[in-house]
Amino acid sequence: MIFNKTFECMDRAALRNLQGERLRDAVKRAYEHVPFYRSRLDAHGVKPSDIHGIEDIVKLPFTTKEDFRDTYPFGLFAVPLREIVRVHASSGTTGKPTVVGYTKEDIDTWAETIARTLGCGGGTADDILQVAYGYGLFTGGLGLHYGGEKLGAMVIPMSGGNTKKQIMLMQDFGTTLLACTPSYSLQIAEEAAADDIDLKALKLRVGYFGAEPWTEAMRAKIEERLPVKAIDIYGLSEVMGPGVASECLEQDGLHVFEDHYFPEIINPTTGEPVAAGQKGELVYTCLTKRSTPLLRYRTRDISSLDEKPCPCGRTSRRMARITGRTDDMLIIRGVNVFPSQIETVLMKVEGIEPHYVIVVDKTGALDELEIKVEVSEQLFSDEIRKLEELRARIFEEMRSVLSLSAKITLVEPKTIERTLGKAKRVIDKREVK
Amino acid sequence: MKVRQLSIFMENRAGRLAEIMQSLGDAGINIRALSLADTSDFGILRLIVSQVDKALEVLRKAGHTVSLTDVVAVEVPDHPGGLASVLTPLREAGVNVEYMYAFVEKATDKAVVIFRFEETEAALKVLAGARISVLPAETVYKL
Amino acid sequence: MIPSAIWDPEFECMHVDALRELQLERLRKVVRRAWGHVPYYRQKMQVVGVTPSDIKTLEDIRKLPFTTKDDLRLCYPYEAFAVPLEKVVRIHASSGTTGKSTVVGYTRKDMEVWTNVVARFLVAGGLTSKDIVHIAFSYGLFTGGFGLHYGAERVGASVIPVSAGRSERQIQIMRDFGSTALVCTPSYAVYLGELVQGMGLKPGDLKLRVGFFGAEAWSNRVREEIQAKLGLFATDNYGLSEIIGPGVAGECVHQNGMHISEDHFYPERIDPDTCEPVGPDRRGELVLTTLTKEAIPLIRYRTRDICMLMPGTCPCGRTGARMSKITGRSDDMLIIRGANIYPSQVEEVLLDVKGTLPHYQLVVSREGALDRLEVRVEVSEEFFADEMKKLNELDRQIEHKLENVLGIRASVKLVEPRTIERSEGKAKRVLDLRPKE
Repeated sequence: MIFNKTFECMDRAALRNLQGERLRDAVKRAYEHVPFYRSRLDAHGVKPSDIHGIEDIVKLPFTTKEDFRDTYPFGLFAVPLREIVRVHASSGTTGKPTVVGYTKEDIDTWAETIARTLGCGGGTADDILQVAYGYGLFTGGLGLHYGGEKLGAMVIPMSGGNTKKQIMLMQDFGTTLLACTPSYSLQIAEEAAADDIDLKALKLRVGYFGAEPWTEAMRAKIEERLPVKAIDIYGLSEVMGPGVASECLEQDGLHVFEDHYFPEIINPTTGEPVAAGQKGELVYTCLTKRSTPLLRYRTRDISSLDEKPCPCGRTSRRMARITGRTDDMLIIRGVNVFPSQIETVLMKVEGIEPHYVIVVDKTGALDELEIKVEVSEQLFSDEIRKLEELRARIFEEMRSVLSLSAKITLVEPKTIERTLGKAKRVIDKREVK
Repeated sequence: MKVRQLSIFMENRAGRLAEIMQSLGDAGINIRALSLADTSDFGILRLIVSQVDKALEVLRKAGHTVSLTDVVAVEVPDHPGGLASVLTPLREAGVNVEYMYAFVEKATDKAVVIFRFEETEAALKVLAGARISVLPAETVYKL
Repeated sequence: MIPSAIWDPEFECMHVDALRELQLERLRKVVRRAWGHVPYYRQKMQVVGVTPSDIKTLEDIRKLPFTTKDDLRLCYPYEAFAVPLEKVVRIHASSGTTGKSTVVGYTRKDMEVWTNVVARFLVAGGLTSKDIVHIAFSYGLFTGGFGLHYGAERVGASVIPVSAGRSERQIQIMRDFGSTALVCTPSYAVYLGELVQGMGLKPGDLKLRVGFFGAEAWSNRVREEIQAKLGLFATDNYGLSEIIGPGVAGECVHQNGMHISEDHFYPERIDPDTCEPVGPDRRGELVLTTLTKEAIPLIRYRTRDICMLMPGTCPCGRTGARMSKITGRSDDMLIIRGANIYPSQVEEVLLDVKGTLPHYQLVVSREGALDRLEVRVEVSEEFFADEMKKLNELDRQIEHKLENVLGIRASVKLVEPRTIERSEGKAKRVLDLRPKE
């Protein structure tokens, strides 16, 4: 189902005109209302009047995650706080979260692009959508929730976790659409298999999976175990949240909702655009966002853009599945984790040495995060209780900062290799890349 | 060759151990070996005693949760590296030790160590193959 | 007292005579709808020999049979719905006394009513469109988070959907984002207050101005403590998911009883043993009838909550009856950190672990400001293992299942046989050590 034919199937020339017009407005708003952008553009020698059409976007400077940190919490807002009706946040590289705000209009835009996403996978107003993304400051849960509402579907706000109950609700309520991370869908399949529940007997028909990178092999596995068409969806909170791009039933690239989010692919080292169809770092500009007219945001995600028309009738360009990152961010169970966050926590805890290793692995379908850390000589006594307490404390701190349960393994002093470079402190054993 | 060990569930409360020892003592039961594993809340008391069945009856009657577990008493040469000479063949054969503890008494000039294996039969085979002396149960109860 | 407005004066301040007329009209409609579209209700009415045409006055409501949580369980999942599923846009659920939860559904119009009644009590407690509302209720199937979220959004405030947990971060966000309104359970507010002091924050570091606390019973002493520690003006609100969620009633700035949105929810109070009505000044079980709900109309729903009605009229101008704080329950449900817990749920989990039911006891205590649930399980020989890791695993397994079923974390303590106090041979199931107000 195409939720909004006018925009999703717009003639490309008309779309480029619209994008140019919206970019001019966005740059003007950024320049006039966000001091950060004014000085950034001034320093770069660009004025709003230099932007005539969408092709002029390359004249603009990039925005990075660090810019969010430096302007924390509200420095990127282009509207007064009273016009902000919602605030979300995602993990920052260190202590402070990355904050995003939404005006009423932004919430509408967001819901609209997610309704489109749901439509891309064949969802309609008659469907029953179970949202198994976490709710709260994370944009996944509330994003899909408002989108499902906009579409007119029945929404079950189950939130993350409690797999048995997820399955029970799917059975009892006749859920037809499922939204969660791809790895969690496999966890659901495993749990169902363990309990001898035949998922194929469910009314489930489409799964909207995002918030972490996955592969065709994983799609095959999911579609074999769950009675769903598995649809890859993409988004990030800095830009808006989920709903930036989505696969259609062709499952061949994600349609970018280009009338709102303008994509570019650049060479991450030089910052120059790459040749058409080539891989590079994905950069997004928010053309319509009122709260923050985000300009050329470097997502650090590696992708490419396909301009060929799609048989589904949508005219937007399609971005390729994410194949990697240009920084050291890990995505564990849909949660963004920076090794620097872990280090910050460990440095605060007494009784441990600053030597640690981060191991990411999979048990079954689910990512597991293990943090091995050396205990100081004084604490490494035979008093199990003290060690247990220390471990519990680190566990809680990590859970608080990362929103993830990590396995904490205390190791004897001087057992972790000393010469590990920063990158070597992370061992990612997951096959999926 | 298997020795029957009593395992008793115990809360970490003052005087609990003394109570158990008292009731065994009153029944005339001798304790041959003992080990206590504990966490902050509870513990497992493991005992090798002179009269297993009687002890079991006494403890159950006193309201304790008790179970019987097969363990193996191994003679270990009393010199540096003695224990390693027992553990090496086990490790090579991939036999896991759940826990172990030392015996108070000695049968000969060798020390006695109680082992609980994941697979007792497999462990006994490995020990026999490596010519390591395993004490018969009757000997252990009377030590 | 702080300044406040009235969100919906037409209904909130309706003349009592007009209100009664409206209630009667709506009552007759809802009874007809239930009769016509919910076979379960029709049967219940037929059993006591009443038909919709018997409802001629508001007093006639007493002819109708009660609805209980057990009825809702029997109707699981969709039997109590009075509309076709495609009209339902939202599903929530609350804990049932056993395995299956109680399901509640909302049509678009029900969502509208819900949002509106929440906006009423938010504005009554002093919220304005300029506020930044920090929601520390959990979202998900629980109605607390979403109810307040949509209500605050309707008032036009900025909403920060923080959700529950991670307390230090909650305070960091409040401070950095300049939150002016706080939404959570009263006990969590006390806890946050202590944490704020512990973190050495000064008044003025936080911009909190108003607070809306509900989902569990609290006293005026707790109110004073919260107001002093967080420097805000605190009001109480009441609701239950079977009826709609939060928004059934809420205090105004006079902090003297919660105004019931009587145009949507018709209140009665009964003696839980005889089921006869009790006078306004006596304690009684609150019974509610949803006058406008489309998806699941509930007739004479027994809330099991014990309260009184406040005498006289309120100077704020609202005419809706005011209910007192909840002073007790007429069943064995416990409210722990805002979650509704039935001992039978714990029993099911324990039975599920080894196929036999050990002796157990729920011990509820208060550590600082927060309630703590400990489940003591007597280790019988079925549960015992000679290996520490197996016992630890058992411990963890039960904790995990309990968290899944109860929605809150409970710590499991394995204890020796016969250490749980028995009365008439049966272990005492609940030990509530929380200080009584």
